Amino acid sequence: MSFRATHELHNRRAGRNIGLALVLLGFIVIVFGLTVVKVTNGDPMQAFDHAPRPEMMPGATPVQGD
Amino acid sequence: MTDASINTQIIEPEASFGDYVALLKPRVMSLVVFTALVGLLAAPVGVHPMIGFASILFIAVGAGASGALNMWWDADIDAVMKRTAKRPVPAGKVAPGEALAVGVALSGFSVVMLALAANMVSAALLAFTIFFYAVIYTMWLKRWTPQNIVIGGAAGAFPPMIGWAVATGGIGLESVLMFLLIFIWTPPHFWALALFMNADYEKAGVPMLTVTHGRRVTRNNILGYTVLLAPLAVGTGFTSIGGPVYLAVSLVLNALFLLGAFRIWRRDEETCQADKYKVEKSFFGLSLLYLFLHFGAILAEAALRPYGLGGWG
Repeated sequence: MSFRATHELHNRRAGRNIGLALVLLGFIVIVFGLTVVKVTNGDPMQAFDHAPRPEMMPGATPVQGD
Repeated sequence: MTDASINTQIIEPEASFGDYVALLKPRVMSLVVFTALVGLLAAPVGVHPMIGFASILFIAVGAGASGALNMWWDADIDAVMKRTAKRPVPAGKVAPGEALAVGVALSGFSVVMLALAANMVSAALLAFTIFFYAVIYTMWLKRWTPQNIVIGGAAGAFPPMIGWAVATGGIGLESVLMFLLIFIWTPPHFWALALFMNADYEKAGVPMLTVTHGRRVTRNNILGYTVLLAPLAVGTGFTSIGGPVYLAVSLVLNALFLLGAFRIWRRDEETCQADKYKVEKSFFGLSLLYLFLHFGAILAEAALRPYGLGGWG
């Protein structure tokens, strides 16, 4: 059994696939980076949840473990 | 029985990765990145570097998307003009439908991602810029009015405003001035190019001012817009984004620019053809430097600010 020689078209397709893979990888890194920054930027990590939570009131002292 | 057959399969063009990159007009993108970055850094409020980096990237992707939409719509006239004939769509490397798909998909992607990374104001401005460039300029004005360059220039003028909005979440006097700097700079810049590249636009039937109203009117307009631009560019030096460095750079550049426009205004066609549009070509070169150095000076003022040197104290 013999393999066919790689055509120029195959090289082009491979280049396109690698390019797309790098773009997607880059996008994952950016979304991860943005998430880390937004979460650790001091913004509150809890939101309204249909139940009163005193620790979310302005001026409340942080609860241990918060 | 024989195996012989005629291959009737039509081979579709298969683009390489580089062809898709070319579809996004990387050179225009680099200008967008630079001006948006200046707008972002000149703003009085700082942003986290990661958010700033991601926002600039999404603004660049949005600019690229509008470039792809422009290439999809303009493939017929791009094929006629020497300067644009090698673009991926007229060259047959990327199918028109593919260019449209890339343009639409990246437009939506960039606007949504900018809204998530920064804020709604900057995302709305980016969406409007893409709409303005692709629909108002490319589809409507470019082939209809000789003022195409003037109004189309607005699309290229939005990036510093978007950068400013990423940091501040709003629009300010300074961001409007940066917008106006590019907006009023565009007509003299492009008309100088049109003066020595006239044949191309004429062949494609694009109503450039040089084609519809002649070269004399174009020369008058170049001078008119340059006179309008000078006080605005120098005046920006007295706002919060300006300072002594900016003012010095701006005064020199505007004096040179006014001188160049005046020389263009004084010339007639015979002299131009004799020296192969030497003055027009050097004015075009100067116009590129003009914009780059003005924004470079705004950037310098912003960079000096933390050391107490930038701005007016």
